[in-house]
Amino acid sequence: MPEYQTHEHDVLVIGAGGAGLRAAIEAAHAGASVGLICKSLLGKAHTVMAEGGVAAALANVDDRDNWRVHFADTMRGGQYLNNWRMAELHAKEAPDRVRELEAWGAVFDRTPDGRILQRNFGGHKYPRLAHVGDRTGLEMIRTLQDHAVYQPIDVHMECTIVSLLKDGNRVAGALGYDRERGRFKLFAAKAVVLATGGIGRAFSVTSNSWEYTGDGHALAYNAGAALQDMEFVQFHPTGMVWPPSVRGILVTEGVRGEGGILVNREGRRFMFDDIPENYRNQTADNEEEGWRYTQGDKNARRPPELLTRDHVARAIMKEVREGRGSPHGGVFLDISWIKSKLSNGEEHIRKKLPSMYHQFKQLADIDITKEPMEVGPTTHYVMGGVRVDGDTQMSTVPGLFAAGEVGAGLHGANRLGGNSLSDLLVFGKRAGQYAAEFAGRQSSPRMDQQQVDAIARAAIEPFDRGKSGENPYQVEHDLQTMMQDLVGIVRKEGEIRRALDSLKVLRNRAGKVSVTGNREYNPGWHTALDLQNLLTVSEIVARAALERKESRGGHFRDDFPEKDPSYGKFNIVIRKGSTGEMQVTHEPIPDMRPDLKQIVEENK
Amino acid sequence: MASSQTFTRNIAESGTRAAARSNTSAGATTRSASFKVWRGSGSTGQLETYSTSVSEGMVVLDAIHQIQAESASDLAVRWNCKAGKCGSCSAEINGSPRLMCMTRLSELDLSKPVTVEPMRAFPLLRDLVTDVSSNFRAKKRIRKFSPRPPDAPDGTWRMQQSDADRVQEFRKCIECFLCQDVCHVLRDHHLHEQFVGPRLLVHVAQLEMHPLDSLDRTTDLKESHGIGYCNITKCCTKVCPEHITITDNAIIPLKERVVDRHYDPLGKLVRLIRGNKNGTSDRKASSGVGE
Repeated sequence: MPEYQTHEHDVLVIGAGGAGLRAAIEAAHAGASVGLICKSLLGKAHTVMAEGGVAAALANVDDRDNWRVHFADTMRGGQYLNNWRMAELHAKEAPDRVRELEAWGAVFDRTPDGRILQRNFGGHKYPRLAHVGDRTGLEMIRTLQDHAVYQPIDVHMECTIVSLLKDGNRVAGALGYDRERGRFKLFAAKAVVLATGGIGRAFSVTSNSWEYTGDGHALAYNAGAALQDMEFVQFHPTGMVWPPSVRGILVTEGVRGEGGILVNREGRRFMFDDIPENYRNQTADNEEEGWRYTQGDKNARRPPELLTRDHVARAIMKEVREGRGSPHGGVFLDISWIKSKLSNGEEHIRKKLPSMYHQFKQLADIDITKEPMEVGPTTHYVMGGVRVDGDTQMSTVPGLFAAGEVGAGLHGANRLGGNSLSDLLVFGKRAGQYAAEFAGRQSSPRMDQQQVDAIARAAIEPFDRGKSGENPYQVEHDLQTMMQDLVGIVRKEGEIRRALDSLKVLRNRAGKVSVTGNREYNPGWHTALDLQNLLTVSEIVARAALERKESRGGHFRDDFPEKDPSYGKFNIVIRKGSTGEMQVTHEPIPDMRPDLKQIVEENK
Repeated sequence: MASSQTFTRNIAESGTRAAARSNTSAGATTRSASFKVWRGSGSTGQLETYSTSVSEGMVVLDAIHQIQAESASDLAVRWNCKAGKCGSCSAEINGSPRLMCMTRLSELDLSKPVTVEPMRAFPLLRDLVTDVSSNFRAKKRIRKFSPRPPDAPDGTWRMQQSDADRVQEFRKCIECFLCQDVCHVLRDHHLHEQFVGPRLLVHVAQLEMHPLDSLDRTTDLKESHGIGYCNITKCCTKVCPEHITITDNAIIPLKERVVDRHYDPLGKLVRLIRGNKNGTSDRKASSGVGE
């Protein structure tokens, strides 16, 4: 019989990046007893990697900005599949959430008159991203962490959840293990907030860390919650491509915001070649105007390098596929050219992009103040996730909430850069608040001990298979390669069907993985368990991608390369059927409120 | 257009340079290298030798992952971002405290085995993973950020970039704890309870020099954070992967404040008269800009 360490909380927050920390702070503030689960050490979550900034219509740099413009930009970027209520709340509340961080100690870069400075970013009409050089995520997570540790929050570091638990329809807690000793931890909770981030490790080229195995997506799905928009995976246009071992590591969009340009091997600035119709009015038609925009000229329009990420990523892929790429299969991103425009160019680059300067110097022997970088698309973010109520962030399972990347709705078919850090804050707070409120109305849940024992026994099965089974790292690697090849940035029906067939084989292999050693800090075992989640989310992504027979936002179908208006009326929703099969449905998008519709029209 | 021609040429040149870095687009000529990796838990363990093939551009963490996948699936290692931003993969590589993800194999002598050991100043959990929880406990002993009242009626503050710059240096810290690892007060004398160590002194420095903070932690520094234990050997500064000038910019100014406060009778008198917590040499005041 497995043994358990038991803990009881009103609200259990799973995940300790920006969204999880913000949710935990809010729930504690509301008087709930809070447990916070970190898969890694506190402060190491993926938020730390965010570089460019947090989007909020503070209007510190351009006083024409306001929540309406931010709302319209977010909807346009998401190709109108967004949950418009979330887009509205996000645009309205982001400024307060950013100012609140300052009150908790964050030190953002400043305008000459001492306010929070804001920078340009793709898809945002005005300079909107509050930032700290190119390490905004670190500033945010550290601020939240240093605020949270003084609140009554029980932090469970290096703990991974393997399953949610239910009492009838409602959520009742979760079962996990600690990495240090491999002991099971049983959490009873009246409400659970998922804040587990994304699914990037389902692909081989990714900017995401090992933690990003779709845990929250799979936990929610297995608990019966609905997921939506899972076909929309964001491939960030600029990841490192060389050397091989760093392939996929992010190169911030801030490089382009500061004037960086994309060129092919012929030296041609190819982004001017194809500007989508719905962005034509907002995009510069010559290089000089684009440069003036990056330097803050309010009368200039943005350069095409700052179009939305889905578009830029595909434009890069096109150059590479047509033989105009850089030597290692990317294109060139050049910031060094701004020296011809600015007398202190080198110093300016090092000041504005310090992490990028060091990253390239140290990992690729490239001085970005002197020569261009080689970049190509990398799996970065999943727009899809747990389907939630826009106001409360509660999923279709009572008591189960989701915030941040694991939630869905705000970003629709494509996320704008900078909107994820604001997403974490706005909806992290809301999830924490409503989870605490929900918990306050509930009695303690009942735990089904048999269910708990069964989950725990299954989790340690890989130890019982001896040495003859499959190697978990190998199965994970094969899964990632397969997903990259067949359900990556360019998709077609035949390939997606092959992916679904491969997933059956991989699931079978995953059922035979064996691990050696004992349960103390055993990464082979951890990989074996994470693999189950990766398989689940990979299948969900593939099924959703098969269903959407059009191209929109982050989803591009080679066999249906155009946008089809009839697909703009619903979200693709996936949930677990009564016999364990994946059910794919179309859920109509509710009509937008007339006042919001008007805002969209006015900003066209 | 002359400028665009020049530019085209530059790109062509860097294309040639990029291509010269490796012969194929997959990137790599491979060779075999051996690694001596610490295996064990608690107070027992030994170096075990593994060999694996290495290619251009690889870092130590890549080699460790390859060893894990090929021959030691339970080899314990802590890592996250693999880009020098999260500070998880600290270790001692050939005896030097480094981040595994930022140490390229090309800078090491691969004709001999590369030694990879856990940070020695912390209790070993397993293999390359140590118990760094003391750092998280120490942070809780430091009094939290407490801002002065907002400067503007809308509840916001004003600060100049130059004031932000001073603390942003400290706020760059990725909490890799390599500075704690090399600090002899912690490593050799194990005074974790008496001395918070360089990482946490950097944290106090960012609070004390924060343009908005209103608390005074000078007495805490002396009484409970143990700043007197630091004798300025600067080992911490040397290993910081973020190049924070820990000793000169953080610890020495804090030590000066402690001296001014507790050992300078004239300063005491001035403070008494002016009612100013930092005396005449207050570096924190005067940053606000009026509306």
